[in-house]
Amino acid sequence: MSADLSKPAAAGGGAAVAEKQAVTTAAGGEVTSAEPRVPTVRKQRSVLVYFAYTWLVLIIVLAAIASLLPLAKYSIPVDAPRIGPFGGDFDTVLGTDNQGRSILSRIVFGARVSLLVGAVASLAGALVGTALGMIAGYFLGRIDALIRLLTDALLAFPPLLLLLALSSILTPSVKTLIIGLALLVVPTFTRLARANTISWSSRDFIMAARNMGARRRRILLREILPNLLPGLGAYLPIVMAAMIVAEGSLSFLGMGIPPPTPSWGGMIADGKDAVADHPHMVMVPAVFIFLTVFALNQAGDHLRHRFDRTLHD
Amino acid sequence: MAGSGTAHLRGEDALLRVEELVVEYPTKGGVVQAVSDVSFDVLPGETLGIVGESGCGKSTTGRAVLRLDRMTAGRITFAGERIEKAPEKRMRELRRSMQMIFQDPQASLNPRRSVKDLVVEGLAVAGVPKEERAKVSREVLTQVGLGSERFANLLPRQLSGGQAQRVAIGRALALRPRLLICDEPVSALDVSVQAQILNLIEELKASHDLTVVFIAHDLGVVRAVSDNVLVMYLGKVCEFGDSERVYSSPAHPYTRALLDSVPLTDPDRGFNGPALEGDLPSPLNPPTGCRFRTRCPLAEERCATEPPQIREVRPGQYVACHFPLVSGPSPDAAPATSAEPAPAAAESQPAAGTA
Repeated sequence: MSADLSKPAAAGGGAAVAEKQAVTTAAGGEVTSAEPRVPTVRKQRSVLVYFAYTWLVLIIVLAAIASLLPLAKYSIPVDAPRIGPFGGDFDTVLGTDNQGRSILSRIVFGARVSLLVGAVASLAGALVGTALGMIAGYFLGRIDALIRLLTDALLAFPPLLLLLALSSILTPSVKTLIIGLALLVVPTFTRLARANTISWSSRDFIMAARNMGARRRRILLREILPNLLPGLGAYLPIVMAAMIVAEGSLSFLGMGIPPPTPSWGGMIADGKDAVADHPHMVMVPAVFIFLTVFALNQAGDHLRHRFDRTLHD
Repeated sequence: MAGSGTAHLRGEDALLRVEELVVEYPTKGGVVQAVSDVSFDVLPGETLGIVGESGCGKSTTGRAVLRLDRMTAGRITFAGERIEKAPEKRMRELRRSMQMIFQDPQASLNPRRSVKDLVVEGLAVAGVPKEERAKVSREVLTQVGLGSERFANLLPRQLSGGQAQRVAIGRALALRPRLLICDEPVSALDVSVQAQILNLIEELKASHDLTVVFIAHDLGVVRAVSDNVLVMYLGKVCEFGDSERVYSSPAHPYTRALLDSVPLTDPDRGFNGPALEGDLPSPLNPPTGCRFRTRCPLAEERCATEPPQIREVRPGQYVACHFPLVSGPSPDAAPATSAEPAPAAAESQPAAGTA
């Protein structure tokens, strides 16, 4: 399973940053004429970034309204099995699978599972991981040692083995899959949040807040957390992409979502035996995974450039 | 110089009294003695300057007073209340009446909060309702010279250093403190802006009845604002006294050396006097006896064995040195000798130069 979370955001081509700050002071109308006015610097936004956001919106909307669309049922055959794509019929436009079910329908409904698992697992993992990391980074000492030990142990454990162990103890379902994947996300976010918390809490404004009588909870939630969010938020899409791939790998191994509910990884697994004669059964879901993961990575890069203040001005 | 003792304390009227303050940090290499047995007091309405080179413990002292750093020993009394014994809850209330201004104005402001929210952050912590905060926010920003609407929604990184320091000052003022501790408030600023900020602090001090502790390494800055100065070296007090007197005739060789290190306006003439030799010794293992003896031109054997105690050498001027540059009169004969401080200083200067 390629849940390779330790890999940081690969610097892609999306160096597109919209500079909006200069406009914000122009709200005063006539009065502002005496004030300095800085023309907005337009930065070129990569085509890839537009593509990435368009693709993500498209996939999410399709998945959300899947049951309203005139699609065939994903569990019932619509035609002969293993028909190639672009056959002309709407239901078989992406071909049919081993049992003659519409691949189009299964892709759209499969997007629900893949996106849901990816989003919920990475969000839950990020939430728990950030909380642990902030506690460790702010209080340090013994509690930090304990949290570090736990995260290091989790990181050292081969992720695939962990998931296999989990799925053999618990019955495979969307819920257990999400729990398992979220567990994999936790240590990365813990480390990220801990390192950032340590550096932010040594800043003078934290001391100033203490000196104004702020309690620890306020310092953590109101002073430190807002400063962590841009970095963590920009990392989230990349983790989400890794989770979609991870779900695919698990389903490929038969440890994922139980049939007949489709997921992209499960569809690849179904088609793998006939890949030589009917490659479309593997290729179609693979292309969707590829494009979605690529788009998420692009979005992550773009967000990082947009919000990470250390990279510009 | 390793000065201990409390001879220079001025009794019960002080707003803030620090006695025998010790701050030590355990590290792997040993115990860092950041502040060793420092005492001082500040009368209401007074400005006390604390000077010394980097690492002498002046900032640590400031933070320990607010209990932002853990203190190892000592007694701190603020308005009759023992700070080191106050429970955490009471301390949170007390801190509001003792505010601090930091060296790096940008770093002392939360980068994700706008100016108008920053200045009333303390009120938000105290639970003051929103409408009142907005009102106070406008008032305070006007007081610190950022009244224009255009500043209200800016983020700290959009401000210049001087503007950011004004916001930080406003944030402290909004809590209506009685004591303001300024920790190198102008050393990160341009010289032209320094004067503006110093004037602002002076103005606000008068209009808000503030008592100020002004920590800096810049002697000129301290002289401009202080009524009294406290000179520190390696965690100890060297000299304490009325700032005019200390500047015109320093009694401690270290104070003399600090004043000598100020560059003269005429570049050809260089510095006021000879530079100190050597580096600041490690606070992990400070010299025995007087801590300044390793760099002191007047040091003798006695300095290595016997830590000097603070004593009055002239009325209102206290020094911790075995061989003060101002020859100490007996306390009874005070007024007569204070008329001739200049010759005393002049005599001792060649000695400092030749050593």
